[in-house]
Amino acid sequence: MSSYAAPLKDMRFAIRELAGLSEISALPGCQEVNAELVDAVLSEAAKFAQEVLDPLNRDGDKAGATLADGKVTAPKGFKEAYRQFIEAGWNGLGGPAEFGGQGLPHIVSTPVQEIWKSANMALCLCPMLTSGVLEALKAHGSPEQQKAWMPKLTSGEWTGTMNLTEPQAGSDLSAVRARAVREGSHYRIQGTKIFITWGEHDLTENIVHLVLARTPDAPEGVKGISLFIVPKFRVKPDGALGERNDIRCVSIEHKLGIHASPTCVLAYGDQKGAIGYLVGEENRGLEYMFTMMNHARLSVGVEGVAVAERAYQHALEYARTRVQGREIGQRGGDRVTIIHHPDVRRMLMSMRAQTEAMRALAYFTAAALDRARHHPDPAEKRRSQGLLDLLTPVVKGWCTEQGVEIASTGIQVHGGMGFVEETGAAQYLRDARITTIYEGTTGIQANDLVGRKVGFEKGASALAAIGAMRQIDARLAAVGEELASARANLKEAVDHLESATRWIVETFPSAPKAVAAVSVPYLKLFGTVAGGWMMARAALIAQERLKQPDADRDFLHGKLATARFYGEHELPRAATLAREVTRGADSVLALDPAKF
Amino acid sequence: MKVLVTVKRVIDPYVKVRVKSDGSGVETANVKMTMNPFCEIAVEQAVRMKEAGVVSEIVAVSIGAPQCQETLRTAMAMGVDRGILVETEVDVQPLAVAKVMKAIVAKESPKLVIMGKQAIDDDSNQSGQMLAALLGWPQAAFISKIEINGDNADVTREIDGGLEKIAIRLPAVVTADLRLNEPRYVTLPNIMKAKKKPLEVVKPDALGVDVAPRLTTLKVEEPAKRGAGVKVADVKELVAKLKNEAKII
Ligand SMILES: Cc1cc2nc3c(=O)[nH]c(=O)nc-3n(C[C@H](O)[C@H](O)[C@H](O)COP(=O)(O)OP(=O)(O)OC[C@H]3O[C@@H](n4cnc5c(N)ncnc54)[C@H](O)[C@@H]3O)c2cc1C
Repeated sequence: MSSYAAPLKDMRFAIRELAGLSEISALPGCQEVNAELVDAVLSEAAKFAQEVLDPLNRDGDKAGATLADGKVTAPKGFKEAYRQFIEAGWNGLGGPAEFGGQGLPHIVSTPVQEIWKSANMALCLCPMLTSGVLEALKAHGSPEQQKAWMPKLTSGEWTGTMNLTEPQAGSDLSAVRARAVREGSHYRIQGTKIFITWGEHDLTENIVHLVLARTPDAPEGVKGISLFIVPKFRVKPDGALGERNDIRCVSIEHKLGIHASPTCVLAYGDQKGAIGYLVGEENRGLEYMFTMMNHARLSVGVEGVAVAERAYQHALEYARTRVQGREIGQRGGDRVTIIHHPDVRRMLMSMRAQTEAMRALAYFTAAALDRARHHPDPAEKRRSQGLLDLLTPVVKGWCTEQGVEIASTGIQVHGGMGFVEETGAAQYLRDARITTIYEGTTGIQANDLVGRKVGFEKGASALAAIGAMRQIDARLAAVGEELASARANLKEAVDHLESATRWIVETFPSAPKAVAAVSVPYLKLFGTVAGGWMMARAALIAQERLKQPDADRDFLHGKLATARFYGEHELPRAATLAREVTRGADSVLALDPAKF
Repeated sequence: MKVLVTVKRVIDPYVKVRVKSDGSGVETANVKMTMNPFCEIAVEQAVRMKEAGVVSEIVAVSIGAPQCQETLRTAMAMGVDRGILVETEVDVQPLAVAKVMKAIVAKESPKLVIMGKQAIDDDSNQSGQMLAALLGWPQAAFISKIEINGDNADVTREIDGGLEKIAIRLPAVVTADLRLNEPRYVTLPNIMKAKKKPLEVVKPDALGVDVAPRLTTLKVEEPAKRGAGVKVADVKELVAKLKNEAKII
């Protein structure tokens, strides 16, 4: 069994060198953030994750959350770990200062989230959802609502949930049917919500649900959905908990992974209807949800990075201890650990190189989010927003799809022992598997990318990003032989991305269905090439840093090696993916639905 | 009452230590460093005593490279009020530590100095005892309990045969053993606050202390690798092997 060690060196490198920490530190509202603070926060988070969260992960998976008499109990140890988590103030990391949070920007909270999710994804979904609720209330709640709900959600004394999904409304939330009827200053909510993560539990005494529902006279579709705060227990004016609201946890799902995280069916309004409070105005609920989408989707994208990292560490440890066979080309001699076999090394390199690329892209996107929020120059703010909007579905879709693949490779490294649960390698694959589904499936991310982000904009942001990718070419060329392969591989891949992008822009107006048919390959293409861009930048910087006398040579040589591997093993996929995009739509649609 | 605690920056206990190829010491460049676990216990004790109202101010001292500021910040995030870095690139030995601390004690006049019983890098287990001797103060090493009682401290020491309870007069030097307490997790708000706490940097020269090493390290090498084990058929064979091969009976 491996134990988790946060990859602090790589995180620091990605934060400082690739995401541009110093630039973020200079923004108004972020001045408190500097390299020393980030180091201190990361090392303490790493310590907490290693000592408290990671050791519970396995047992949580085995025991799972349980439901009895409408009460959900988290696995043993989870309640205590959560208590320690909030007592240490981690819940308030990104929360606004006026409600007791530390207000740290995403360039800090994103790596910290990676640490939590690597150590114990199932538990840490709970605070992630709470921060989603906080974001929504901060942006759209009334001052009274903010005062009533935000302090305890920031401290973590209460947790938050997102209640969007219903049996008939998953990817398409316009089909939401839950009803909300006005009754004086509040509403009565009735309906069934499914798949609600941490919708009921024993970690805290209260839970604040954010619920999408329709008022009786609301228009059909997306423009008729409102957003409500519906607490498990109502709160008296003095802040004390009052009556229990009319919400019941009917069942929890038996599922492939994240066993410790209860996925609840919640029945609202068995009796008179649960009391809820409207957020903002009626019929604007989905619009409000969309404003937090970048944040939420980025968080799930980071889960892909987190599980990949954990699976890599687990596989690496096994590869270092399992003895099997002899070194290739040698007769006799001692048997060796499997890390000596070239194919095992290939697997480990691919896990590591891809994880590093994903991490870099996720942090880079987090920095774009910070700039979009805090940059004083409106033009730069707009540019960052465009980049963020473009990269968010890529980080969500690509990092999670890769996360699943990497966790699967982790099992392969283990051989038969990976397939049996005993080694724990399988849990990472099972846990990773949800990340490509919730918070919008990969298909939905890809639709967003080719539609709203590339198609409608005529490729403006995408081509701007491609331009930025090309900008480092001269610098790579200046280094010469050492980075020649990195340069050639990146250039070729960017050409493919550009031609696929132009195809999307040209085809979208006339044949949106064809574009939709190859949207996922395009998303993967974008992720693969953007990851290659990050790795090429990393190589440039590593190469530069190596000239310094006190350089961390092991780390930087490692970075050059993973960057090169990425260029030679991952970037060539760009050619195939681009071809799929530009020439593959017809065959996708060749069979009529009735002919399957 | 003012308390002084010492914090040493050491290689993280989870890191696999490598011996430098030239045998001059162990590799510390670009290795994860952390606060010596016994120093952490010392800090925790001081903070608990402050929380209990027994202590009014805690000052932490670290001796070493500029990076020891990080270690001091961690101590401040745990609850220490201010830090002093005695900055030197010299690899200080226990006697030098004791002399530096004696000079700091003269400046700060604490009533109690809490140190870790040893640092996990060189395991010297000497600095606290030397400091008490240089100051001419009472000392209690390896404590697992401490209570302040007027001008005395009632302490429990972990000794070979069990526990020893003694009372020592203050001011005194004590060194923390493993069971004294379990250090807390640093909280995020306290990490933020620690950034703003005062941290003074002084040089050993300014304190009038010569920290030049008195001991010379001849060579550092890895312990011999353990050989593979063997299965024995019965007790008779085991006894024979212990007698003839291991030569321990
Ligand atoms: C463990 C777990 C936890 C969850 N937590 C929460 C939660 O806390 N709160 C909450 O509200 N929801 C939650 N969900 C719900 C989750 O967000 C939805 O399952 C997800 O959005 C997909 O919806 P669906 O399951 O209805 O699938 P469907 O929408 O039916 O999709 C089925 C398939 O069709 C594809 N598809 C659907 N529409 C399109 C389209 N327009 N274009 C292309 N492809 C399409 C999808 O990509 C998918 O492959 C959770 C789900 C699970 C399993």
